[in-house]
Formats: sequence, C-alpha cells, structure tokens
Amino acid sequence: MELQDRLHAGAGPAGVPGADTAPAVNLSGIDITFQLAGGHRYKAVTGIDLTVSAGEFVSVVGPTGCGKSTLLNAAAGLLTPSAGKVGIFGKPLSGLNVRAGYLFQQDALMPWKTALQNVAVALEPMGVPAAEADARARDWLGRVGLRAFVDRYPHMLSGGQRKRVSLAQMLIRNPEILLMDEPFGPLDAQTRQIMGNLLLDLWSKDRKALIFVTHDLEEAIALSDRVVVMSAGPAAGIVADYRVTLPRPRDIAEIRLEKAFHEIHRDIWSSLRVEVQKAYAMGEGKELVQGDAP
Amino acid sequence: MNRLTLLALQILVAVVFLLIWHVFTVYPLLGDTKTIQFFFSTPLQVLGRTWTQLTGGDIYFHLGITLTETVLAFVIGSAAGIFFGFTFARRQLMAAVFDPYIKAANALPRVVLAPIFALWFGLGIWSKVALGFTLVFFIVFFNVYQGVREVSPTVLANARMLGMNERQLFRHVYWPSALTWMFSSLHTSVGFALVGAVVGEYLGSSAGLGYKIHEAESVFDVTGVFSGMLILALFVIVIDSLVTFVEKRLLVWRPGQSATTTT
Repeated sequence: MELQDRLHAGAGPAGVPGADTAPAVNLSGIDITFQLAGGHRYKAVTGIDLTVSAGEFVSVVGPTGCGKSTLLNAAAGLLTPSAGKVGIFGKPLSGLNVRAGYLFQQDALMPWKTALQNVAVALEPMGVPAAEADARARDWLGRVGLRAFVDRYPHMLSGGQRKRVSLAQMLIRNPEILLMDEPFGPLDAQTRQIMGNLLLDLWSKDRKALIFVTHDLEEAIALSDRVVVMSAGPAAGIVADYRVTLPRPRDIAEIRLEKAFHEIHRDIWSSLRVEVQKAYAMGEGKELVQGDAP
Repeated sequence: MNRLTLLALQILVAVVFLLIWHVFTVYPLLGDTKTIQFFFSTPLQVLGRTWTQLTGGDIYFHLGITLTETVLAFVIGSAAGIFFGFTFARRQLMAAVFDPYIKAANALPRVVLAPIFALWFGLGIWSKVALGFTLVFFIVFFNVYQGVREVSPTVLANARMLGMNERQLFRHVYWPSALTWMFSSLHTSVGFALVGAVVGEYLGSSAGLGYKIHEAESVFDVTGVFSGMLILALFVIVIDSLVTFVEKRLLVWRPGQSATTTT
C-alpha cells in the first residue's frame, strides 16, 4: 500500500516549543495528484495556500469530493503532496506530523481494547508508565462524559460515545495541532450538537490550532474562527476565506438563531453554493458524489 | 420454540435411531440375527462395551496418547502458522514468490503423507503430530495472513498518528487482529489436529484411539469399532466445548459475543 510506505518515510521534526511566532500549520502551493488504476492521474487539489496560527480554529468546507480530507492528510503527514511545502511551526514536515492529533471520520478505535485501554495506549509511545497512563485515561474519559463506560468495548458504545473515546484518545497526548476530518459526520443531528459543544468546551481550555473539515456550513460557522471554502474538484483550490467574529463562548445550538450568524452564513453560502452546484453538475456524468449530504 | 421442546425433539431423534437399530438387529426381520449382528452389532452391545471401556483403565491410556498428539500438533502447527502468516503478510515479495508452492502444498491430500511421516518419524507419536501439523499449519497460516492484511486502514492510521512504532503497532494492532482471525478458526484447527492424530494412528501405530479402532476392525469386532467411534465422538465433544469456552473468554470484545445494549 502506498499510504503505508509513505508512513515509514521518516520521523517528524523535533519539537521546538520556542517557535511560537511561526504559524502552527503553513501549507503553501500544495498540489496533490493521485495515481489511479490503469495509469490515470487524478489531480485532487492544486495551488493550496493555507495558514493556521496557533490557537486558531479553522474550518474547511467545500462540496463533496473536493479534496478537503486530502488536504488534512497532507497536514497530518499521512500523504506527501506532489508539490508544495507543508510547514509545521516553521519547520518543513517530513513523515508523520508528530505534533498533531487526528480525529477520523470512521471508527478508528482498536475494537479489541476497552475504552480505557484505547485511551491509555495513546500514552505508551510517550513512555508514560502503565499505572499513570491508566489514571490519566480515566480522568480524560471522565472529561468527555464517559466515566461509567471505561470498561466497555467499542461495539458496546454508541457512535457518539465512540467519538468521545476517540476525542479523549487524541487529546490525552496533548498535541499542539488538532486535525479533524468530518469527525461528527456519521452522528445524528442532536448528537452532533452535543459533540460540537463538548469540542468547543475542551478546545477553549487551551486553544490549540485546529483544522476542522466538514461539509456542514452551519457547524463550521458555529465552531470556528475562520471558514475556508474550497472549490469543486478535481484540481480544487481555496476560493474564499471568511473570518467568523461571533463572540465566545458559544453554544452551537443557540448561536444559529442569532442575526450575525445568518449574515455570515449568507456571505459564505453565496460562494459555497456556486461550488456545490458545479460539483453536482459534474457529478451528473461521473462518480463524484460519495454519499455525503450537501 | 422453547428449549425443552427442542431438547425433547433432539433426544427423540436419538431414541428413534437406536430403536430402529435395535429392532432390526435383535429380531429376525431381515434374516438371521447372527449374521446381521456380525455386520452391525447392536446398540446395547455397543453401549455395554463403551461402558466397560470407560470404567476400565486402558482406554484412558489410549485417549491420553491421542490427546497428547492433538495438543502437540495444534500448538506446533499454530506457532508455525502464526510465524509464517505474519512474515508473509509483512513481506509481500516473499508471499508472492511462495504463493504457488503454498497453494500446491495445501491442495495435497495430507493422508498420502502419513506413510512418509511413519518412515521419517517412526510409529510413535511424532509421525501423528507431523500429520496433524500439516493440517493445522495451513488453517492458521491463512487466517493470520488474512488477519494482518485486513487490519482496518483507519485503525492503523490512527495508531500511527498516536505515535506508535513498529513494535507497538505489532502488539496493539497487528497481533490482536491476527489472533481474532485465528481464534475464529479455532474449532476447525483443533478438529483437524485431532483428525491428523486419529488418521495417523489408524494407519500405523501401537497406541491411541485410532489404533484401538483399527485393532477392533482387524479382528472383525464391529462392536469394538462402533464403541471406539462413540468414545471418539464423546472425546471430540469435550474438546470442542473446551474450545468454545476459551473462545468466549478471548473474544469478549467482539459484537455478538456478549450482547450489551447500546444507547
């Protein structure tokens, strides 16, 4: 597998805590081209420039299949761009991004470990002794509201609870950058709101740089400081970059009712709608729609 | 249908079967009972012989031999299967090179190897262990290979993002995944280990359950053959329920193994 080979490519850059001035993530001139079966090449994204400062919550929205997740994987070091540079706190990224935590859309927990084991194991690569890892994992599961579920295996948990475990698993390592790939996509509407508030609550405590990929514009506005709109693929690029000035702390269920929210939503939707329509027009003849709702 | 009705029906099948067997062998409906009994024995004789055997001492020696062979074949076969399964799954070139040979070796009916193993390892337990090994190895090998290859890419990417090195990935991701596949074939592989042992004994040995059956057969002692088969069946049921017990303990994390309501 190509992905696996790339993962071996090298260790990440050494942590430089002093380099606060450099942006947490700096993508410049990113092109990503996939080699498809039968010798075809598919250019997913092109000419992407995106800078995320430390402490900034940035959402990336765009039509289905526009390469949002691809971009996130480049920032995570899970795939290497065909062209362009990925800078992490001012250092070029090679191999996996060891300073980042990643929240996947699909289930990523180890099904053979309990919630507690899944969270505690995240500390093992950092050399934390087992007893301490256990105690800290318990604490984190409490923070995400799963105190009573520590000994459950993933299949015994609901989709929302599994996401909470994943969140604890990611955050217990205290990564400096958080990458989230439509993490609440598979959840129902109410659970999404609850998870959104939980995320904001946890994030606001120490404000890490966060890139949040979603196809849900309302979710993006309610959560973020900035919303970046991507164009329809192939060869998707960034078409707009909006600042969301709504005051924090926010309740993402209630903030949707405010006038300022509607104004921002109208602005962003005006540029997103064009791209969504383009994507669907192209999707008529091709396989482009991958099951995501618009 | 409730459990009791089911159990009653299951017992009924056995009773009807034994009754038919009894009626046709004890009463002269199809001819001379002596001749019929020579070929088919009678259920009461078989049960009686089985009882004498189980209450006497010597059958346990033979069961012990068969059990030893089964366990050795299972343990050695599984260890080799796990080792090669892992190695091949992680080294694609090696897997591709050996692929036709493994398929060919697995396609070979293992019984034809029994005389060769008897020649190489003698008539003691090791020729039977070798036969069981050739059966167990391939089951475990294919399952472990599959288990390593089929690890969810998301789980793997997540584990890597958590900073796990190769050794930790092995311990927390590849190994449990491979074991799952292996355990799911536990019944088959234990069963085949036993088949290897019994067939090996049957074809040439001086002890074991297969030997007992063969011995009875060679003097046209049909009662002895059936009684041996009955003891073998009981033995298999005991081993199989042990395996089920172990499986339940090891695969507790799997959906369906322990039903718990989700919210």
